[in-house]
Amino acid sequence: MDFLETTQSALTAILANRMRSFLTILGIVIGVTSVILLISLVSGLQTFITSQIQGLGSNLLIVIPGRIGGARSPGGVQANRLVYQDAINLRNKLDGEADVSAAIQRNATLKYGSKTDKGAAVFGVEANYPEVISIKITEGRFFRQSEADSSKKVAVIGPTVKSNLFASGKALNQTIDVAGLKYIVIGVLGPRGAVFGIDFDNSIYVPFASAERQFGIENLNTIYISAKTAEDVKDVQKRAQGILGKRLSEDEFTVQTQEQTLSTISQITGVLTAALGGIAAISLIVGGIGIMNIMLVSVTERTREIGLRKAVGAKPSDIRNQFLIEAVTLSGIGGIIGIILGIGLSFIIGRFFTTTVPIWSVALAFSFSMLVGIIFGVAPAIRAAKLDPIEALRHE
Amino acid sequence: MSTLVKLTNINKIYVSGEVSLKALAGINLVVKKGEYIAIIGASGSGKSTLMNIIGLLDHPTSGIYELDGQNTAHLQEERLAEIRNQKIGFVFQSFNLLPRTSALDNVSIPLIYAGVSKPERLQRAKQALDEVGLADKLQSHPNQLSGGQQQRVAIARALVNNPELILADEPTGNLDTKSGEEIIKIFQKLNWEGKTIIMITHEANIAKHAKRIIRLKDGRIESSR
Repeated sequence: MDFLETTQSALTAILANRMRSFLTILGIVIGVTSVILLISLVSGLQTFITSQIQGLGSNLLIVIPGRIGGARSPGGVQANRLVYQDAINLRNKLDGEADVSAAIQRNATLKYGSKTDKGAAVFGVEANYPEVISIKITEGRFFRQSEADSSKKVAVIGPTVKSNLFASGKALNQTIDVAGLKYIVIGVLGPRGAVFGIDFDNSIYVPFASAERQFGIENLNTIYISAKTAEDVKDVQKRAQGILGKRLSEDEFTVQTQEQTLSTISQITGVLTAALGGIAAISLIVGGIGIMNIMLVSVTERTREIGLRKAVGAKPSDIRNQFLIEAVTLSGIGGIIGIILGIGLSFIIGRFFTTTVPIWSVALAFSFSMLVGIIFGVAPAIRAAKLDPIEALRHE
Repeated sequence: MSTLVKLTNINKIYVSGEVSLKALAGINLVVKKGEYIAIIGASGSGKSTLMNIIGLLDHPTSGIYELDGQNTAHLQEERLAEIRNQKIGFVFQSFNLLPRTSALDNVSIPLIYAGVSKPERLQRAKQALDEVGLADKLQSHPNQLSGGQQQRVAIARALVNNPELILADEPTGNLDTKSGEEIIKIFQKLNWEGKTIIMITHEANIAKHAKRIIRLKDGRIESSR
């Protein structure tokens, strides 16, 4: 009996018990859907972060407090000892090789008239920030060196801040309240996007000294170093490590290239993918147990049919294949429905967060569901194949 | 006439724990091609066991069974299935048709395992149903057919792969007298056409249609005429 025909008669048997078949494959459907959905979220996250980082330019190096890739966790645990003097040292000694720009960050509530924007990120940056980081200004301009030197209260705002405070009205030259002090809006940034609910556009940029004074900040969050050419990056990294190493110990700072940042992120998302995918895979296994259960019931129900088929010439292998193909057809249908649901849901969620469905995740989820069908279908199929035809024909 | 079934000193002992039951005790039987035999006997006389052994569904504990000149001892399960498919057609008391399956598809089942292509299967199944007078019931499901019609479908299924031997186990046991007679007529017609038929029955008026009647008692052949 050829494969296609067996599949056809398996489908007939499955359709004869629609409700039961549907409930049986539900576990597989949920498993495949969640594998595809979770992987699409994580890989969407990775795509987004990667494009953000690449958008900053491959010449960029980032200095952050604490150590990444060491035994201790980065930042947090130890006190931040990175200060503005470190940025000045770097700027003096790397003159001609790279541009250096320091940044601090706090969260604050912004107000304009009756409108408020809670939890916006306030970045205190230097006037050369746009030369170091590629940002897009859609309205107005970034602040000048003179404005930075005199710690003017001027601000460049992100698009979310603009829409929160001004709706569709004019933002330029308006005065906003940043944690109690007045700032004049001189520019608006282009959109960068959001992922997992973190909105990168809900931020404002103000002169370094203004933020430093207002918030009483002593330590830096980041020093950006932009090498003149991409070939210099490794060299500049070594030199920067040497310069910072004179004052700070090895685990008090990290100089990271974009390449390293990307690999750190892909490590993190790799672990996330494995963890979430693994959890989803458990529901596939649970679904497989459901299939095994229903196939065992089916073998018992159809004992007489099995006896009859054997009497008229079915070999044990014919019976085994019949039930195995039925189990795999069940799980395969579940897999296909799961793929459609997973891609559909990921598409819908994609309107809020970045999601991407990699082909490999679809292939993985589908082949895993087929595999589950085979593994959990084998035992019932072998039981059916081994039935004694005389006993089977006598079965009530 | 050549020999189709040859049983030599067949014994069948069922062992269940300490108790053993001798279902067949030294059966010797030769069935020639074209014979029509009725096997009668009280329940527990070993009729069904004998039928299962002749039908290659069961193995004798000892003795030699040759079917169409071939010794069937030591044959693998797969090979036995092939022989059943090609040489034996079964008709059961309870019809054993697949529910929710048309008469045509029910009759086609043996041909599936014979590796016959689908168009040929349908054509031959149609022909077999025509032979038992059900040409107008091809698409009917078992629950739409009377008992007599269901048994005729089962006979068509037994015939479809053109076997040498038809084994019928109480084929009229679940039928009223009139339907039973119709079934017996079909068996007679098949026998005239040259089929070898072995039928188990406990009804004397059914058995009298056979050319030879074998009476079993306590696992032995008590009389044969």
